[in-house]
Amino acid sequence: MATIFIDDRPHDVHDGVNLLHACLTLGLNLPYFCWHPAMGSVGACRQCAVKQFHDEKDTHGRIIMACMTPAAPGTRISIDDADAREFRASVAEWLMVHHPHDCPVCDEGGECHLQDMTVMNGHAYRRYRGVKRTFVNQNLGSFVNQEMNRCIQCYRCVRFYRDYAGGRDFDAFFLRDRVFFGRHEDGTLESEFSGNLVEVCPTGVFTDKTLARHFTRKWDERTAPSVCVHCGIGCNTIPGERYGVLRRIRARFHGEVNGYFLCDRGRYGYAFVNSDRRVRSPFVRGALAGTTTCRVAVERAASFLAEGTRAIGIGSPRASLEANFALRALVGPDRFYSGIAEGEHALVSAILRVLQDGPVRSASLHDVEMSDAVLVLGEDVTHTAPMLALALRQSVRRQPMEIADRLQIPEWDDAAVRTAVQGAKGPLFIASVASTRLDDVATATFHGAPDDLARLGLDVAHALDSHAPAAGARTPAGAALVEQIARALRDAQHPLVVAGTGTGSEAAVEAAANIAWALHAAGRPANLAFVVPECNTLGAALLGERGFESAVEAVARGEADTLVVLENDLYRRCEEALVRRALGGVAHLIVIDHVMTPTMAHADVGLSAGTFAEGDGTFVNNEGRAQRYFQVFEPTDDVRESWRWIRDLMIAAGRSEAGAWYTLDDIAAALASGVPGLAAIRDVAPPATFRIAGLKVAREAHRYSGRTAMDANVTVHEPKPPDDPDSALSFTMEGYDGQPPPALTLRYWAPGWNSVQAINHYQTEVGGPLRGGDPGRRLIEPGTASSPYFDRVPPRFEPRPDEWLCVPLHHIFGSEELSALAPGIAERVLRASVALCTDDLRRVGVVDGGEVTVTIGGGSHGLVAREVASMPTGVAGVLVGVPSTPWLALPARGRIVPREAPR
Amino acid sequence: MERALTANIRSDREPLDIRAYERSGGYAAARDAVLRLTPQEVQALVKESGLRGRGGAGFPTGLKWGFVPMGAGAPHPKYLVVNADEMEPGTFKDRLLMEGDPHQLVEGVILSAYATEADVAYIFLRWAYTLAATRIARAIAEAYAAHYLGTRIFGSGYHLELHLHVSAGRYICGEETALLNALEGKRGNPRAKPPFPAASGLWGKPTVVNNVETICNVPHVVGKGVEWFKKASLTEEGGTKLYGASGRVKRPGIWELPMGTPLREILEEHAGGMQDGARFRGALPGGASTDFLVEDHLDVPMDFESVQKAGSRLGTGTVIVLDDRTCPVGMVRNLEEFFAQESCGWCTPCWAGLHWVADVLRDLEEGTGQPGDLDRLSAHARLLGPGHTYCALAPGAAEPLQSALKYFRDDFERHIREHRCPWH
Repeated sequence: MATIFIDDRPHDVHDGVNLLHACLTLGLNLPYFCWHPAMGSVGACRQCAVKQFHDEKDTHGRIIMACMTPAAPGTRISIDDADAREFRASVAEWLMVHHPHDCPVCDEGGECHLQDMTVMNGHAYRRYRGVKRTFVNQNLGSFVNQEMNRCIQCYRCVRFYRDYAGGRDFDAFFLRDRVFFGRHEDGTLESEFSGNLVEVCPTGVFTDKTLARHFTRKWDERTAPSVCVHCGIGCNTIPGERYGVLRRIRARFHGEVNGYFLCDRGRYGYAFVNSDRRVRSPFVRGALAGTTTCRVAVERAASFLAEGTRAIGIGSPRASLEANFALRALVGPDRFYSGIAEGEHALVSAILRVLQDGPVRSASLHDVEMSDAVLVLGEDVTHTAPMLALALRQSVRRQPMEIADRLQIPEWDDAAVRTAVQGAKGPLFIASVASTRLDDVATATFHGAPDDLARLGLDVAHALDSHAPAAGARTPAGAALVEQIARALRDAQHPLVVAGTGTGSEAAVEAAANIAWALHAAGRPANLAFVVPECNTLGAALLGERGFESAVEAVARGEADTLVVLENDLYRRCEEALVRRALGGVAHLIVIDHVMTPTMAHADVGLSAGTFAEGDGTFVNNEGRAQRYFQVFEPTDDVRESWRWIRDLMIAAGRSEAGAWYTLDDIAAALASGVPGLAAIRDVAPPATFRIAGLKVAREAHRYSGRTAMDANVTVHEPKPPDDPDSALSFTMEGYDGQPPPALTLRYWAPGWNSVQAINHYQTEVGGPLRGGDPGRRLIEPGTASSPYFDRVPPRFEPRPDEWLCVPLHHIFGSEELSALAPGIAERVLRASVALCTDDLRRVGVVDGGEVTVTIGGGSHGLVAREVASMPTGVAGVLVGVPSTPWLALPARGRIVPREAPR
Repeated sequence: MERALTANIRSDREPLDIRAYERSGGYAAARDAVLRLTPQEVQALVKESGLRGRGGAGFPTGLKWGFVPMGAGAPHPKYLVVNADEMEPGTFKDRLLMEGDPHQLVEGVILSAYATEADVAYIFLRWAYTLAATRIARAIAEAYAAHYLGTRIFGSGYHLELHLHVSAGRYICGEETALLNALEGKRGNPRAKPPFPAASGLWGKPTVVNNVETICNVPHVVGKGVEWFKKASLTEEGGTKLYGASGRVKRPGIWELPMGTPLREILEEHAGGMQDGARFRGALPGGASTDFLVEDHLDVPMDFESVQKAGSRLGTGTVIVLDDRTCPVGMVRNLEEFFAQESCGWCTPCWAGLHWVADVLRDLEEGTGQPGDLDRLSAHARLLGPGHTYCALAPGAAEPLQSALKYFRDDFERHIREHRCPWH
C-alpha cells in the first residue's frame, strides 16, 4: 500500500496503480474517457487531468494526467485545483465542439458516459461558433449501429476491437478531428465480440442495433441479475424488459467469469424470448383451441401420471437445476435422465470425475486470463465457448509482460507495454481438428482427427511425467512439438489445459486430465478448463447419471408409458429414428418448454415454461460454479417456471411433498438436502426473505417512467404490482435502489454516473472483485492429492480411401439452439455444410460450395461441401446444430458422394 | 570562420562521391573511432563537446546517448534513427546537408551508431526530399561497397546496417516517437514518455533518434576534437549552426555560422536586411513552433539558452521574418491551420483545440471576429501548453499564437473592431 495525498487528505491505495485507478477506487469523481479498467491507460483524451505537487511546499504544481501517473508513495495531487478543473472543463468543451446535440434521439441518451462527464465538468454553454464535422456512417451488420458524428476520438473502440479482441476488420482511419473508426468498407463486423463496442464506446457512436428495433431508455427497463443461457461459460448479464418485451442484454461484471464483456451470441441471442416460436399457454392435444386453461392442462397431464406410475423424465442441460430436480422428484431418481445426448453425457461424466476426483482445479475465465502457458486440446473455443477464446487471447500477454516489467513499465500503461512487448506472445498451443480463430495468437498449432489430438495430449503428459502413458511413435517434428509444449507448460507459473466436449472425444478429455495431473505431480499449479456445451450441462449431469439414449432404451424395453420432457428438443439429442421410437413407445408425452420444438409438437400435453427472463433458477457453469439468475419480468399469458409446472403436476397427481415447494428457496432447499454435493446451492444468492432496510431490491429504477400510464389503455386503475415470492427483488420501483449484494445487482448507477461506467462504484477496487465478493458458489473442488492416470491410448487415425471420419464443427451463430431463434443471429447462421480439405474435395469430386450427400449409419443427408484447407485428410467436419443439419452421432465414419442433380 | 558542416557543399555541383569525400578528410574520424576508440570514448567526446540536438529541442546529445543500455547485458538489436523528416515550416537546413554532403551524414551515422552500439540505423526522410533520397541512397550504396557499412566495417568487429526510409509524409512523423511508430508501419501517433526510446524505442528496443544536423556534427566533434568544437562557437554552446532566413529579407538563404551569432547579424549581414519598403516587425527564430521575437530581441545571441531567456526557442535556427506589409493574424492563421491539419488526432486538446484556434483566426481574417475571441485564443494558448497534451505539437503551435497575442495585440483587436483584415 502507498499513502498518497489528494487535496491534502491522505489515502491508502495500492502501490503502483495509476492515479485515476486510485481516485476512482476511492470513489472520487474524476472524469475520464479513454482509460478502461480492462484495457488500461493510453493518455489520449486528457480528461483525467489533476494537478500534481512536488511536496507540501510546492504551491505551483503542474497538470498531469492521472491515468498516466503511478500512485507512488507520497504523491500529492489535487482534483479540485482551479487550473485542473479549468483544463478538464476545456476538454469537455473541446469534445462538444463536434458532438451533436442529439441526446434526445440518441440511443445512448441517459446512459451516456459523455453526458455524465460533460455534466461533471460543468460544461453547459456553447462558445464554439463553427460548424460540426460530419461523417458518412457504415452498415456494420445486424448487431452494431454506427453514428460517427458523435465520436469523441477516445480510441476505446479500436483498442478493444483490435488490441483486446484481436479483430482485424476495424481500425482508425485518417487524422486530426476527422478520425474515422470503422471498417475499410461497409460490412458485417467479423469479430465475435463486436457487441462490446456498444458498452466500450463512451457515447452513442456504437449502439445496440437489436435494441433500436424496440428501443427503450435505460431507466424504463425492468432489469434483473441474470446468467447467459447460450453456452456453458455462464457469463453474467443484465437483461432489460419493458411492456413484456425483452429489449436487450448488457454485461454484468463478474470478476471471475466474464469481467466486463460478453460475446455476440450472448448479447444478441436474447431475442428468442420474444420469438413467435414461443409457447405462451399450455395445450392439450385434441382440445379445442382456447379451452385449455392451466388447470385443465395440469389435470390432464396428472392423469397420465396417475394411470401408470411408470413415467420417465428427461431433463435438460438448458433448464435450471431446480427444474431438473423437480422432474427428478416427479419420476424418481432412477427414472430420471439428464437429457444430454449419450456420447456427450459420457464426456461430461468424465469431466465431472476428473474435476471431482482429480487433484487439479477447474479454471475460471479470470484464471484463464492469468495463465502463462496454455494447451488447447481439441476444442474450437471461439465457437463453443466464445468468452473463453477472449480470455485465452489475454493469456498470451502474461508471459511477455516480463519484458515490460524489466523496463519498469506498469501493466496499465497499455501503449507503452505494447510497444515494449511488440506483439510477443506467451505459449499457447492449439491442437484442433482444423484451424481456429485463435490461431493468430498461437505459438504452434496441430491439426488432426480427435484421436490424434488425444494422442498428442497423452504424449505431452508422458513427456511431463514418464508414469503417464504415451501414445508414442511420432515423427521427429511431432516429437519436437510434444517436447516444446511440455517444456512451455512445465516452465510456466500458471499452466492451463483446455479441453471439452466439442470434438466428442473422451480420449481428449482424459489426455487433458493426464497433462494437468502430470503438471500437478511436478509441483506446478496447473488448471483445467473444460468446455461444456450448454448453460447447465454440468448441473444436469450432476443430477442425472444417465444420458438420453438410456431413456430411449428404457422406453424401448417397455419400462415407461409416460414420458415427461423438460425444456428439451429430443431431435437435437439423438437420431431422428430413435426419437420416433421413443415417442412412439410411450402412451403419453408431456413436454414442458418455452419454444415450440419438433418434440413439443408431438406432446399430448404441452406446458408453457418461462425462459430465463421469466423465471428464477440456478445454472452450473463449466467451471462448476452455481449461479442464480432472476426473473426479469412477470410474463403475461400462462407462462411459468418449469419447476412450478412440475410441482402443480405432482400436487395434482397426489404427491403431497411438492406442496411444500412454494418458492424457489423451498425447492432449492429440497435440492440442497436431497442431492449430495449440492448443499451450497442455498448460498448462491440471498434468499427471498432478504431485505435491505426492510426493503426488497427494486427491479425498476427510481426514474422508471409511465407506471401509472402504461396500462391506461386497458384500465385507468393502477394494478397491484405482481408479487415475487422467489427472490428478494420487487417488480416495481418500490424497494431499495442503492447497492445490493452482488448476486442481486441489477443495474449500475451512482449519483452522476448513469452509464455502465458506474460499475466502478460496485467494486472493491477498480477492475477488481465486486463488493461483497463475486457471486456464485463453486460446487466442485479437487478431490484427492493425486489420481491414477488414464491409460486408454486410442489408435492413430488412419484415413480410408472411400470413407471419412465425420467430426462435429461448431459455429458461434447457429450451433446453439435458442440464440439461433434471434433474428439478428439468424442472419449470421451458416448453411449446413461439411468441411473437407482441398485434396478430399477433389477425391469426392466436388468444388467448394458444391452439394454432397453424407451417409452416416443408415441415414443420408444433403450438405454443402466447404473447402477448409486445414482439415486433416480423411476427416470431414460437419457443422452441427444449425437448423438444417440433422442430429448425427459424431464422430463417426461416413461416406461422402456428390449429390446427383435432381432429374 | 569555421565552416565544417558545409565545407564540402557547393550549389554549383553534385555532392562529393565517396572518394572525393575521403580526399577531403571524410571517413577518417569514423575509421579512427571504430578502430581505436571504444563506444564509451566516442560518447564521452560528444558529451564533453556539449553538442546539443539540432532538431529543435536542444537536448544534449551525449546525455541522450547515455541513456542507452550498453554492454553485454543490453537488449539487441539496438537502433539509431536519423530524423530527416524536416517538415517544420520555414526550415530547410537538413535538406542542404543531405543534398549537399550525404557522406557526411553517413559518417555521422556510423559514429553515432558505434557510440551507442547500435546494430541497425535508419534514415527517416521526408517524402518530398526526392533529391536527398537519391543522393543518400547513392552514398549508402557507396559506403556499403567500401565496407564502411555492413559487416566488419573498416575491418573492425563492428557491424552496422543502414537503411533509408522515405516517409509517407506527415508533419507529426518528425516527432521522434511518432516517427518510430510510422517506421514500424503503424499510425504516426506519438508515444507517451516514459518509457523513452533509449529504453523502449523502435520495435521496443533501445533506440536513439537524432536530427540530421546533430548527426552531421558528430564527425567533426570526433575528428577535429572537443576543443575545436567549443571554439567554433561564440557562446558556451559549442559548434557551428545552420541558420536560415525567410520572409521579406533581401537574400533569403541558409548559412553556417558560429553558434550564438546574434539575430541581427544573421538578418542584416547574411540575409542582406529587409527588402525595400518592408519594415521588420518580428521573427520566429527557429521554425513555426517558436515564439515571436521582436525588435528588442535583435541582439540576442542565437543559441538555445539565450533565445530561451528572450522568451522563445532557438528551435531549428531557421528564422521566419514578419514584416509590416504582412498581416500578423494572417501569418499566425496560416501556421495554426497547418498545425490543426497536421494533428494526428490522438489527444483532445490538439485535435479539437487547434481546430478551434484556426477557426477563430479565420473569423478574424474574414471580418467576422467577435469580442471575446482574443480571450478564447489566449485561453487556448495557455491550455495547449506543455504537459497538457500528449506530445509537443500543440504546445509548439501555441508558441507563435501566444507571442503574437502579446506583441501584436493591437493588430488582432483591429481585426475585430474594423470587421476586416486591415492588410486586405
